[in-house]
Amino acid sequence: MAALNLNTLVREAHEKNDYDTLISLIPYAKLLGIECLRLGDDMVFRLPASKDNIGNPILPALHGGVIAGFMEHAAMLHLLMFMGIPHLPKIIDFSIDYLRAGHYRDTYAQCQVWRQGRRVANVAITAWQTSQSEPIATARAHFKVDEP
Amino acid sequence: MSDNPVLERAQRFLAALRHCQVLGMAVHEAAAEGLTLRLPYSTRIIGNPESGVIHGGAITTLMDTTCGISTVCVLPEFEICPTLDLRIDYMRPAQPHKDVFGFAECYRVTENVIFTRGYAYQDDPSEPIAHVVGAFMRMGKGAQNISGGAA
Repeated sequence: MAALNLNTLVREAHEKNDYDTLISLIPYAKLLGIECLRLGDDMVFRLPASKDNIGNPILPALHGGVIAGFMEHAAMLHLLMFMGIPHLPKIIDFSIDYLRAGHYRDTYAQCQVWRQGRRVANVAITAWQTSQSEPIATARAHFKVDEP
Repeated sequence: MSDNPVLERAQRFLAALRHCQVLGMAVHEAAAEGLTLRLPYSTRIIGNPESGVIHGGAITTLMDTTCGISTVCVLPEFEICPTLDLRIDYMRPAQPHKDVFGFAECYRVTENVIFTRGYAYQDDPSEPIAHVVGAFMRMGKGAQNISGGAA
């Protein structure tokens, strides 16, 4: 596939306030149905309720891996959008704490970059459904951000 | 059908998890010592369109599921065991166009918590692409009739 010009895509997305092109670049993000909403200077990621994302069929609840994948991808997009990285960050490690059941409904995530060094970035991610003050999961990830 | 009850229970468990069916996951091997699941390569789970490498989220789903279902290897009866936490360390990127296998074992079972560990690999189990540890809550046997647990 042709080399991506991520910087241009990110700039255009910011200008148009339309992040669909950026999201649809990544097949896995499309599979889960990840969306991206800009609220002022904040970026909020949304995972609309989808039957295909269900794990526990009885509750029903979203698969824990889907919640984790959504949060990991939110962190990656957040770094791309705010940190001026011209290529996709690479995951080094990922750690998630599940705090409440992720019910079959829309899920939101927000990210906080605690540190971006020259080579590595540390990102904290919070995911919630009903209220941001009652997260369903918190996670943190390290990404390699220097040239591949 | 099968004289391996662990395999049968693992297959039934996996079949109940819709997202795992969407990803095409299957039980590769099941024994008292641990469980191996297979995640087939698919262009739908690509995380890097330039290289064709699959997304870390798909590997997290594979390993969360493998660790969660590996509880059937040590529990005498089916119990709901939601994930408490999970940590994944990436040793090397997955190679595109190749399936990923996830192995997990329960290395400590207490009254309330099951500690699991495992790894993901492609060609060679001695060269894992990721190492994983996860803790799962035991919710008791009140939900024996329910065919799917850890989400």
